[in-house]
Amino acid sequence: MDLSYSDKYRALQDEVRSFIAANREASPSAVGIRRKPDAKILAWQRLLVENGYAARTIPKKYGGFGASPDVMEAAIIAEEFSKAGVASGIMSQGISMLVPTLLEVGTEEQRERWIRPTILGETVWCQGYSEPGAGSDLANVQTKGVLDGDHFVVNGQKIWTSSAHYADMMFLLCRTEPDKPKHQGISYLLLSMQTPGIEVRPLRTMTGKATFNEVFFTDVRVPAHQIIMGRGDGWTVANITLKYERMMLGDANKFMHRVHRIRALMETTRIDGERLIDKPEWRDRLIRLQGEVMASKYHQMRLLTDAAKGVDSGLGRLVVKLYGTEMGYRLSALAVDVYGAAGLAYDPHDEGQPGEDDPATAWHADHMYDLGLIIGGGSSQIQKNIISERGLGMPREPKPAIPASTKG
Amino acid sequence: MEFALTDEQRMLDDSLRGYLARALPLEDLKTLARTAGGLAEDYRRALSEMGLPGLMIPAEHGGSGLGLLDAAVAAEALGYHAVPFAFAGPGVMAPIAVQAMANAAQQGEWLPKMASGEMRVAVAFAGGTGQTGTADASLSDGELTGRVEGILDVTGATHVLVVLPDGRAALAAIDAPGVSAKLKPTLDRTRPLADISFAGARVDVLDASNDAVAATRRVRDAGRVMLAADTLGAAQAMLDKAVAYAKERIQFGRPIASFQAVKHMAAETATELEPCRALVWFAAHAHDAIPEEAHVAACHAKAHLAEVGRHVQTTTTEMHGGMGFTELMGLELWFKRISLDRHALGGPERCRHEAAVAQGWVSA
Repeated sequence: MDLSYSDKYRALQDEVRSFIAANREASPSAVGIRRKPDAKILAWQRLLVENGYAARTIPKKYGGFGASPDVMEAAIIAEEFSKAGVASGIMSQGISMLVPTLLEVGTEEQRERWIRPTILGETVWCQGYSEPGAGSDLANVQTKGVLDGDHFVVNGQKIWTSSAHYADMMFLLCRTEPDKPKHQGISYLLLSMQTPGIEVRPLRTMTGKATFNEVFFTDVRVPAHQIIMGRGDGWTVANITLKYERMMLGDANKFMHRVHRIRALMETTRIDGERLIDKPEWRDRLIRLQGEVMASKYHQMRLLTDAAKGVDSGLGRLVVKLYGTEMGYRLSALAVDVYGAAGLAYDPHDEGQPGEDDPATAWHADHMYDLGLIIGGGSSQIQKNIISERGLGMPREPKPAIPASTKG
Repeated sequence: MEFALTDEQRMLDDSLRGYLARALPLEDLKTLARTAGGLAEDYRRALSEMGLPGLMIPAEHGGSGLGLLDAAVAAEALGYHAVPFAFAGPGVMAPIAVQAMANAAQQGEWLPKMASGEMRVAVAFAGGTGQTGTADASLSDGELTGRVEGILDVTGATHVLVVLPDGRAALAAIDAPGVSAKLKPTLDRTRPLADISFAGARVDVLDASNDAVAATRRVRDAGRVMLAADTLGAAQAMLDKAVAYAKERIQFGRPIASFQAVKHMAAETATELEPCRALVWFAAHAHDAIPEEAHVAACHAKAHLAEVGRHVQTTTTEMHGGMGFTELMGLELWFKRISLDRHALGGPERCRHEAAVAQGWVSA
């Protein structure tokens, strides 16, 4: 165990602090994952990447900063940004999921082409995974990809596609080998959302906003070289991507930031003239959550140390999505409780992101969105299957005796 | 930067667990718990030879000079095997208290004896921990009067060190005139608690600390981290047993481990428990290396492990069905161990309150 701030770390801390002091005016108010980056966000992202405060460990040749992974450096940067209240780098499916997947299994050409614009926020990705008949049973995807010359021709439908309405690109799971068993017939393709034959229809969620979409494909032609790994390897690639998604959803720094925001809220909210932070029953709810967040913070540092050493954390890694999303939901639930009745005014204008300028509205939207995170990316129940089977070695539920001819 | 155990710490863990798995089979443990007399002499000698009493004592006094993270590794292993061995007091809190509060002559006299196991010092707090029960003692002219209830690790102790509210401490031989120690049958049969009354007992006074309040807090924090580590080990043992049992137990023609209702209980439990390990490691490490974060981390570790421990003891007992409710499996030994850890040295509500005060969220 070595968490000491050696000179190297103290120097980084000073460097980050002076960067923030000099540039805080350029920080956007928030870098949501629910909207297309505007010019201010893109300029900020470029600045962060150039200085190594985003894409820090992405190799230089792909446009990153090229630092070797260091848990402490990442923690120092996250903490200084959080303390100063300036926006950290963009969190998106492209940056958090596709880029590590390309680094793990992409070809050199694919990495060179896609990583740089993605980490700069210029190319926005959406994830073409779920279908009406393939949710928790993701390997049941039926969207077809048929090879025609040097293109795959894609037909079918995707659903729950976040940010498809403004994304530039999609990473898509489709069935290219219909004669092979379910898990071996899938391929993982990259395609432009500008390709003819794609129709995006917004899907309004309980937040009142259309952050999701349905996406329809009619004879959409995708260059055959835009496949990751080979034909039929899509399930392998998808699981690599999902591994990173689950890590992203468990990011502890975000939760620690929330604890501090809720504490500030409790210091200014009063009932019968008394601050909530001074009421033991309110304070205890928050301090208890702080303990959970601390556990996840140090757990994350442990996992990052494992990753840097090339050790598979096994169970430790598998619990991150379930732990993080359930805890995040409890945190936003506490925030909306602190606002109480005074925070119930809710007007989520659909155009752009107003509504979120009102903090109580934003917390309510987060609270509902957090429930979406519990359901999406492999629901909590699917996570529990994965944890018990792969982490604890418990047997799979026996398959019901359904005739082989029945599909679905 | 590295958030992991060192090779030496892993070796300590392996050798302790290896020995305990071999030397303390369940039937022996159940017998020891029934007699409630603490660990048989040969086990205690073996654990002493493995260096537990001197773990935290500097090398110049005959110990190993290791830190609280090493001690946490040991405490987790002891909790995992529910070992009736007095470690948190004599092995951890007492060495820290003596080094922080005793003068050089006292340290020179006591520490080598503590390292060899000749002197085994239980630690009592005359208030300040939030533990329920009487905790009241006062010192006058080198004589201690009062009563402290619910003291850990008095089994086999030669001395008791009473940490006083003013930051001094008083050391008395357990059989000294005016000291009346009574071990009581306790919920956790592997670690009986004791009540001790002092009636003008002659004591050695430890008053050499230059920051007495900080010193007592450090002793208390270390004890709390040890109890958190003990819960971590005990809870992990309960989960491992429950998963193993579910894989063997057949109902409706298949192992109950194949039912989602059972799998999901296990998965929820594992998800709560697994991140606890890093919190305990951090709290222990901070005690030695990051003093400004140590107190809050110790409070959180104690409180969080108490809550997760409650969840684990509940779900894993349920997973054993009716067998979990009996004494046959011995599972109750671990259940009760977690219960003791929760209440000793302050329950979770108290520890969270201290964490809030320490962060300035509220005034004391």
